[in-house]
This record gives sequence, C-alpha cells and structure tokens, in this order.
Amino acid sequence: MAAINRDDVAHLARLAHIEMSAEELDRMAGELAVIVDSVKSVSEAAGDDVPATSHPIPLSNVFREDVVGHTFTAEQALSGAPDAAEDRFKVPAILDED
Amino acid sequence: MSELTSNELIRLSAAALAAKLRAGEVTSVEVTQAHLDRIAAVDGQVNAFLHVNAEEALAVAAEVDAIRAAGGAAAEELHELAGVPIAVKDLIVTIGQPTTAGSKILEGWHSPYDATVIKKLRAAKMPILGKTNLDEFAMGSSTEHSAYGPTRNPWDLERIPGGSGGGSAAAVAAFEAPLALGTDTGGSIRQPGAVTGTVGVKPTYGAVSRYGAIAMASSLDQIGPVSRTVLDSALLQEVIGGHDPFDSTSLTDSFDNLVEAARTGNVQGMKIGIIKELHGEGYQAGVENRFNESLELLKEAGAEIVEVSCPNLKYALGAYYLIMPSEVSSNLAKFDGVRFGLRVLPKEGPMTIERVMAATRAAGFGDEVKRRIILGTYALSAGYYDAYYGSAQKVRTLIQRDFDAAFAQADVLISPTAPTTAFKLGEKLDDPLAMYLNDVATIPANMAGIPGLSLPGGLADEDGLPVGIQLLAPAREDARLYRVGAVLEALLEEKWGGPLLAQAPSLVEPVETLVETHGGSK
Repeated sequence: MAAINRDDVAHLARLAHIEMSAEELDRMAGELAVIVDSVKSVSEAAGDDVPATSHPIPLSNVFREDVVGHTFTAEQALSGAPDAAEDRFKVPAILDED
Repeated sequence: MSELTSNELIRLSAAALAAKLRAGEVTSVEVTQAHLDRIAAVDGQVNAFLHVNAEEALAVAAEVDAIRAAGGAAAEELHELAGVPIAVKDLIVTIGQPTTAGSKILEGWHSPYDATVIKKLRAAKMPILGKTNLDEFAMGSSTEHSAYGPTRNPWDLERIPGGSGGGSAAAVAAFEAPLALGTDTGGSIRQPGAVTGTVGVKPTYGAVSRYGAIAMASSLDQIGPVSRTVLDSALLQEVIGGHDPFDSTSLTDSFDNLVEAARTGNVQGMKIGIIKELHGEGYQAGVENRFNESLELLKEAGAEIVEVSCPNLKYALGAYYLIMPSEVSSNLAKFDGVRFGLRVLPKEGPMTIERVMAATRAAGFGDEVKRRIILGTYALSAGYYDAYYGSAQKVRTLIQRDFDAAFAQADVLISPTAPTTAFKLGEKLDDPLAMYLNDVATIPANMAGIPGLSLPGGLADEDGLPVGIQLLAPAREDARLYRVGAVLEALLEEKWGGPLLAQAPSLVEPVETLVETHGGSK
C-alpha cells in the first residue's frame, strides 16, 4: 500500500474541513506515515472468504411504532447554536461570491 | 448526625453507603457534602472534575433525605442506591450542567436533553457530583489530550491516570466520588481503572444505552461503571442498563443478575483461560508478577486455569486504528460551527460556510482529534477503502471467531488490563503510536463486542504502582465477570489486609505543610 505524504494530508484536511498550517501539515504527514505503516499488515490478515463485521452484535430491522414522540422546540434546538435568526440556524454564505 | 467523620464516609463503598442511608445512620446530604468537601480539598491537585454540580447534587440529596424521613410507600420505593452520589464523564450529556467532551469546540455548551443513563441516575435519585475530565472526545490513553489540562494520578501526581476516562477513575481513586460513569471504546474505562487501582467495566455492547454519549466510534463505544469494588460496579450497571428504544443498537436481553453474581461469587470448577497473546513479551515484569499471583489465587479457590490462543489478536490494534478513526471522521463531522459550540471566522478572504467550518475545526479540535479525523478520512477514501476499512472489518470477524473458540475452552478469559503501570505525564505525548499500545489488551473486547472488567491486582514491585487484572466473558454473559471478579477481589484483599486504595497517598497534607506546598491550589 502507498505511504501517506504531505500532499495527501493537505487533500484529506480539505475534505475533512480542517484548516492546517504548513508546519502542521509537515508534522501530521510524518506522524500519520508511522501510523499507516503500523496498520498496513491488516490488509494481509484475512482472505477473500472472510465476511466483514460492521457491528459486533448483529441486530436487524429495529423498528418502532410510527408515532410522533418527543421533539425539541425551536428554542431548545437553537439553544447551543453560535448564530440563529427567525427560528433557524444562521450560517454564512453557502456559495463563494467569486 | 452521623458518628462517622466525613473522612471515613468518603472511603466507604457505594454498597456500604447505601446500607447506612437505608438504616438512617447517615443522611444523603452528609454523604454528598463530604464528597463535595473532598473535591474542594484535593481536586486542585488531581483535576478530575471539569464541573462541580454542588447545588443540584445537594438538592437531590435533601429530597432523598426528606422522602426517607417521611417514611411510607415513597420511602419504600426509593432505589437501593438513592442518595449515593456519582460523578459523570463529560462525554455524557446532561441538562443543567455544561458538556464539553474535553474539547474547546464545545466549551460552554449545554445539552437540551439528558442521556438515557442520566435519566436513570435521576430516576434512582443519585446526586450527580459533576462532570469528569477526559481526553478530547475520549481519544487518548492518558487524559493529557483534554483541552482543559491533564488529570493526575492520585497514586503519584506526576503520572497519568489513564484515559480517556482518567477523570472518572481518578475521582473514584481519590475518594472524590464512590461511583462514576465512564465510556469505553478501546479501553477508556478499564485502562484508567488499571492504573488508578479502581474497578471499571465495559458491559456487552448494547447492554447499556449509548443515547446521549457523544459518539466517538459508534460500533465500539460503550458506557459502563467505575467504582472501587466489584459489587459497586454491578450495582451501578444494573441502574444504567436495560433496553432503550432511543438506541437502535440497544439489546433487549435482561442483565438483572449482576448484583447477585457479585454477591455469590464462586469460581469452583470454573475454567479460566489465559490468553497466550495478551501477556509475556511487552508486559512490564511487575505487571506479569501480579497477574501470575492472581492466577495462583484463582487456582487455590478451585478454578481450573487453561491456556487459550487467539492468534488474530496481533491484528487487533491495527484494525482498531482503521475502524475507530473511520467512524470518528464521520461522527465528528457534525462539529462544524453551525448547530452547536464554537464558530470561528477566517481571518481573511471570503466568509463562506466551508471556510468558516475549516477555521472552526482548526481552532476547536486538538492535535489527536485532527490526527484521527485525517486518518479516518484516508482509510475511507476511494481506492483505499477495501484495503483499509474493508480489511479491518474482516479482522473483526477473525477476532470474534478467535474469542468463540477460546470461550469453547474456558468460561472466562484473563489477562493484564494494560501492559505497564502509569507512566509519567508527557512521556508518550509526542509518540502517538507508543500511546496507542497502552490499549493492546483492552481493544479486542470492543472489536468483538464482549464484556470486560478490570480490577486492582496489586502494586508492581519495581514502582509501587497499581496493576490491573482484566476478565473477559462471552457477549451477554456480564454476570460471569462479576462472579469471578468478586472472588478474586476478596482473595486479594485478604492478602493485602484491606482494599488496595488504603495504601494510596492521602493527598491532604498535614496543615502545617499545606501552606508551604499547596497554598495556591484551587
């Protein structure tokens, strides 16, 4: 498997919406390279015949009656928001102006 | 008034406090105030608490005392642990107190709802003393990754209390609380238990509702009890357990036989399996010695010790560090500066939502959280998904099969909880991989969804620090942990002549030296 490099980390940080300084990218790339190297043996551990486990104790079709339960008031839901207006979360521009 | 001093009250187990409360020998206000006084006296040194909830805790205590004093049906119906105070890891949301998850991104945030386990504590009328420190979003093994400063180990204030639940474990070890709640994703209840000389249990996945525990890795996370005795953990797990329609992974099985198991502990004729891969090389000599001593005691008590092999455990740490960060990268996407917590605006350039998110997450998350989000984003990327996340999920199947085979040969499995005793603050902070290795013996249980219990096994010869012994049982068989744990605890305490924590430093220095050395503590 390919090693992880600084460009990869910069790309991943953009995908994960975390701004990173040049110094942070350098340091993170070095640390992640060591971690990725240590976990790569995992890819050789199991053959194609082994099924994947996504959940330790499988449950299926967990349903409830389709009735309205407790809901938050707008005031409660907005109580921790950094900005709100007219009973809504207020966010900065979704689209870049230029 | 109680005939016991507050210094004696704080050293009682939850079960003993509950008995004294029921007998009317002490009031819940006295018990709660004694713990609040202890927090005021020692938490400047330990830093176990991020928030102290004195007013509400005393109000609940007074309510319990009033019900008991009035007598009648209401007094009869009080829960067994009513009036016994408890601390809560600050990853679990609570109305009326801030919840930070140990992160700057949630500083000052108040949840509009209670976690299910908190509702259950309130229904049992257990006063909540406050919220305990943790590694940011429960990511770490030392509590050094908390944005609010590290918690210190009551056995040696220069050492780590384990993590991520170092605050809950240290609070209980320092007699600031008789009980606490923790969460365990890869060992965050059990490893702090081991290094602080306390008891911690990760129940079967789904045995306790996760609703209201801020998710780190949803397929691994589990809320569980922290205490000083095996019986106390059993009592607490019965309070917080049970099916919850608000958690779709919650089990419908009944777990109401735990207290009975702890009270009637017996290992006669039981098969206890040593996991070949979880001791020996890489484990500190003093840890090995205490582990071997526990095996001898169990053998003398009538258990048969067998050796089992789980060859795929060598891949567990690697697979965990792919699955956990993958789930982290998804679960922490919601901290984006829109619905709750911090919002940071970019210093320059266009003020778009994407740039606000990136600036908010850069400022609000610490290094370890960022590392894991990036690692998880990488493991889930197109082109790497099958090799990383897919392979790790297959390893999870192999680990489950290994445990199935091991439990065909043994009723419970046993290992040291952690490879070493508590290390010094700062020692592993710059080496993430060395930090991750602390959880090598605890991670397999989370991968397989099985329950695990850590109890004190004594002090290591070379450094005089606590060693943890871990017991593992098949899924849904939590009672076996308590049955065996109670026996081992009784045998060890007989050998020590009392609880291990009786040997811990008092933390409160004689008055004449207090002024010189700790005059400035909070």
